[in-house]
Amino acid sequence: MNIAKPNSYRSGPDERGHFGIFGGRFVAETLMPLILDLEKAYTAAKADPAFQAEMNGYLKNYVGRPSPLYFAERLTEHLGGAKIYLKREELNHTGSHKVNNVLGQIMLARRMGKKRIIAETGAGQHGVATATLCARFGLECVVYMGAVDVERQQPNVIRMEMLGAKVFPVQSGTRTLKDAMNEALRDWVTNVHNTFYCIGTVAGPHPYPTLVRDFQSIIGNETKAQMQEVEGRLPDSLVACIGGGSNAMGLFHPFLDDPSVEIFGVEAAGHGLTQLHAASIVGGRPGVLHGNRTYLLMDADGQIQDAHSISAGLDYPGIGPEHSWLHEVGRVNYLSATDDEALAAFQLLSKLEGIIPALEPAHAIAKVMELAPKRPRDHLMVVNLSGRGDKDVPQVGDILKGKSK
Amino acid sequence: MTTRIDTRFAELKKAGRSAFVTFVMAGDPDPATSLEIIKALPKAGADVIELGMPFTDPMADGPSIQAAGLRALKAGMTLKKTLELVRGFRKDDDATPIVLMGYYNPIYIYGVDKFLADAKAAGVDGLIIVDLPPEEDDELCLPAMKAGLNFIRLATPTTDDKRLPAVLANTSGFVYYVAITGITGAAAADATAVSEAVTRIKRHTKLPVCVGFGIRTPENARAIASHANGAVVGTALVDALKNSLDAEGRATSKTVNAVAELTASLAQGVRGAQQAAE
Repeated sequence: MNIAKPNSYRSGPDERGHFGIFGGRFVAETLMPLILDLEKAYTAAKADPAFQAEMNGYLKNYVGRPSPLYFAERLTEHLGGAKIYLKREELNHTGSHKVNNVLGQIMLARRMGKKRIIAETGAGQHGVATATLCARFGLECVVYMGAVDVERQQPNVIRMEMLGAKVFPVQSGTRTLKDAMNEALRDWVTNVHNTFYCIGTVAGPHPYPTLVRDFQSIIGNETKAQMQEVEGRLPDSLVACIGGGSNAMGLFHPFLDDPSVEIFGVEAAGHGLTQLHAASIVGGRPGVLHGNRTYLLMDADGQIQDAHSISAGLDYPGIGPEHSWLHEVGRVNYLSATDDEALAAFQLLSKLEGIIPALEPAHAIAKVMELAPKRPRDHLMVVNLSGRGDKDVPQVGDILKGKSK
Repeated sequence: MTTRIDTRFAELKKAGRSAFVTFVMAGDPDPATSLEIIKALPKAGADVIELGMPFTDPMADGPSIQAAGLRALKAGMTLKKTLELVRGFRKDDDATPIVLMGYYNPIYIYGVDKFLADAKAAGVDGLIIVDLPPEEDDELCLPAMKAGLNFIRLATPTTDDKRLPAVLANTSGFVYYVAITGITGAAAADATAVSEAVTRIKRHTKLPVCVGFGIRTPENARAIASHANGAVVGTALVDALKNSLDAEGRATSKTVNAVAELTASLAQGVRGAQQAAE
């Protein structure tokens, strides 16, 4: 495909929410006025120093930022190539990067006077972050979660309920993240007058992909400053896992106009790309779903196909529209890791560094295991450790027991 | 240009009554039965037929219509087969308007220009695409108008006076007022609120205004039809169809009649209404 290189990779979207052909506002008329209101409220908040100052206070003292940039010495030695740094988003309050975005959206919801918050969740990390901030600010919280995910991510379901959220197991469709998003949209359309939809990733109708990206960009901005401090220069490469792609976009976006930085996004290849998987860019094509045009997994008739990943957080047949654009303009390389590769990486990082990663970033670690050995020892590689693995311990324990039989 | 929709509403206006608009899902529960059902609708009193295009992820639909779409997909329905269904219907009926209703992705994947040409050739008159607001008019609305198909827009309780002109600007055929904020098959519509909303919309357009969402009974239909140019019923018909199926979800000898009988009684309700004052 012949696509002109832009002057900057950071100037999107246009005023209609498009990144190239991707993005847009493909929603029912009922929601359209609210989406326009949200855009206005966000523009006003961005220009208000008091909004940023209040956010910064919570980011520091409630979330625990900045998150460390940690040199993974034993993983580096083991792989024998690039010097590997972990951006420790798993140390945030609630255990993942999700809280960065939820804090921003909850503060927006408060500005807009909305008292009821709804969210979709896959692995439960976004649901837990949303339930947490709703508890903190005294807001009603309803979380939609696919029934399959409720089953495999029980610890997070229990956490959400302890935090006072109502968790609805979604029985429609494939009973995973995509169906949770459908159900959240149905709730929103019904309760549009008092409800704020807190979307967990860089997808959905404009302005969500932009505002989620902006709230997550703190990851990349901190990384830039921290790397400058310890190594005195930019990193040479970035690696992050992608479901919808918010942790990846948060790390990547501040570096997009630094041409020396190689960027890798890792999708979930599930059982393998010729079988059931969740790699929308590597194995899909452009279509329209959940408010935006983006790469999707679908059949010849445009029906959305079932995704599969061992990781509930990556088990989604789409990806954020800005990623689709970054793929088409060639700025980011999109790779994929299978369930088995992610499981191996999960165990390797646990044993070498004493850090149990979530299954989602284990996909990123899996590709680090391939990329790092091929790079010189002075190559600085940053991987976003977007979440911790506590929630996955029961599931991985069962799988490993099954394998050792 | 005049479409079958324009002609039908002109006839109804002359007859002094409102339209009864029926919604069924194309290919539900299987393509052959579905053709028999849509053939039976005009005889039972349907003035306009909305035909759902099945989609895996119908995010504005309630459980009944979601399930109808999945039954159709399971029976092998595709967008191409939906157009074949329309062609089959047109063999015997060249007057009843057919409006395809659904979501954008299957059309986008089929190819917009090819879809519009094929739909027009098959005898489709209009389109209602839930996830294409005026902000995305370049995608399908403008090409559809150029191809001679009506693009029927949804107006909702959240569409205020400031926004209405934008919603109505490229609308043709009729305006579909969604009586509630919510999904199909949810709460019943309140006739007084509907009447106020229709009056408000009519200040901005000369197009007929049909009202849907939450109409289930002949009484509802009569109440709504007396305030609007048409009443749309979908979920109730889809439920009647579903209740006629066997345990495996297959059509039985009762299926076509179940839909036709409910259509006839709802049509009675609509015909009992006084036409809304212009």
